[in-house]
Amino acid sequence: MSPAPKAAVKTGWSIGPVTPRVGLNIAVIATLAVVPAYAALTGNAFALTLFTRVVILAIAALSLNLIMGFGGMVSFGHAAYLGIGGYAVGILAKEGIGSGFVQWPIAVAAAALYALIVGALSLRTRGVYFIMITLAFAQMIYYVAIGLDRYGGDDGLTIYHRSSFGGLIDLSNRTVFYYFCFGLLLVGIYLVWRIVNSRFGMVIRGARSNERRMRAIGFPTFRYQLVCFVIAGAMCGLAGALLANHTDFISPAMMHWTRSGDLIVMVVLGGMQAMFGPLIGALTFLVLEEGLSRLTEYSNLILGPLLLVVAISIHGGIDGLITGQRGG
Amino acid sequence: MEDLTKRFGGVVAADGVSLALPAGELHAIIGPNGAGKSTLIGQLTGEVAPDSGRIRFDGQEITNLPVYQRSQLGLARSFQVTTLFPDFTALDNVALSVQAHSGHSFHFWRNAQSEAELREPAQMALARVGLSERAATPVADLSHGERRQLEIAMALAGRPRMLLLDEPMAGMGPEESARLVELLRALKGGITVMLIEHDIDAVFALADRISVLVYGRIIATGDPAAIRADHAVREAYLGEGGADG
Repeated sequence: MSPAPKAAVKTGWSIGPVTPRVGLNIAVIATLAVVPAYAALTGNAFALTLFTRVVILAIAALSLNLIMGFGGMVSFGHAAYLGIGGYAVGILAKEGIGSGFVQWPIAVAAAALYALIVGALSLRTRGVYFIMITLAFAQMIYYVAIGLDRYGGDDGLTIYHRSSFGGLIDLSNRTVFYYFCFGLLLVGIYLVWRIVNSRFGMVIRGARSNERRMRAIGFPTFRYQLVCFVIAGAMCGLAGALLANHTDFISPAMMHWTRSGDLIVMVVLGGMQAMFGPLIGALTFLVLEEGLSRLTEYSNLILGPLLLVVAISIHGGIDGLITGQRGG
Repeated sequence: MEDLTKRFGGVVAADGVSLALPAGELHAIIGPNGAGKSTLIGQLTGEVAPDSGRIRFDGQEITNLPVYQRSQLGLARSFQVTTLFPDFTALDNVALSVQAHSGHSFHFWRNAQSEAELREPAQMALARVGLSERAATPVADLSHGERRQLEIAMALAGRPRMLLLDEPMAGMGPEESARLVELLRALKGGITVMLIEHDIDAVFALADRISVLVYGRIIATGDPAAIRADHAVREAYLGEGGADG
């Protein structure tokens, strides 16, 4: 992917003042919008699979950006929400409840409840302790999933029927499913944008910037951070439900701690506090991962140092690189 | 009626401090470095828990209230070391302070930066400290003196009944200091102010009463003339402070 030239092209026929950032965002969205057409024309079904994954994990990264980028709460257990959302769908499917109208609300509610519990405990701490507690909870859920023998234990569980929405929408059609996820992502970005700029968002951002001052001017920061934590958890739970439908399979691996690390990398790579940062980060990360794994089986040996260089050299991730605001 | 009493025992930083401020009084606390002035503010705002003693504000016991609740009751402070939101503009900083005192903030939809209800009072607070023209400037680009002024604007924006000012003039230029003296003079009588300040001239020009804090004890309380005449005070503090003043 070469974002910079694309952005330059877009600015050429812009109506309003299109910054490089806006240009890049438009380019990414335009690219994602034509993926199914590209896949159909070239017969490259794998492209659709890969980009569906990109879009779903972008929703997860988006939710992480809300608490980590805007709220300063570095959760190192975010994959647990993916797992909880996924397992909610998988377990219900196994038990014969295939309706998405039941599965998805339960997936979101379960993830939100988990976030409420983890947040209520972890938000009393800061820094490394916060990171460790969120990680510890995620590990606990991971081992719980391994212990679920009825639902495949370590081996995971195949989902034979995707969530049904009573003929309203057919998720087993891969193109429909892709656009459905893509639409949810765009709605999610819009929601996060609204939240971040609302009064609630100002409190969250203020607490990240200077918590002591927030309390001094009269904000009970804990309850706002907790609500933000729950919103992010619920959103990621939805991503988990999507992921389970995408892979038709759930396993403890989807909430392995390295997955939580991947999500953090996506957010940092794309640019924290940038509205489209998580999407750009997820896209870059997953495409790089895929591309490198085709070149060599030691792809992580290349990907790891590459990400390290990005993290060290450009503050603000790709967004910072494009806008030049936080570069250096 | 404002009525603030505080007693401590066993703490070196504050050794049995008792003080009552009538409503509307501008009360200055002076004393050498390490006398426990900032600790005193910390205990009043709730950041430092006293080992013993009680604090009452407007007749209400607040000794065990958390920081934010005291702020909600009308107890505002400025920090000795500038404590702002560096990513936000000056106006955003003050608007957040206004927002803290206009109901809960569980509003997820409307853009807070276009709410007149928050922006207008914030503009007014900025105008009072003379920062109107810098409203859109990020805090990171403000000068040190301007940040000090912003500290005051943020404390004022919540419409407090009592202001705790921790060395507000530290790092201000003479012009900014003079402006702040004027502002505090205008506030006098309306808001109760506890002023901790090293600028002795400003203190004597403004204060209704002055307390002298040395090693966690108040060694004298009185009007400026009485403090100036006090023997123990001259020995403990004014002698060294007066040399460069």
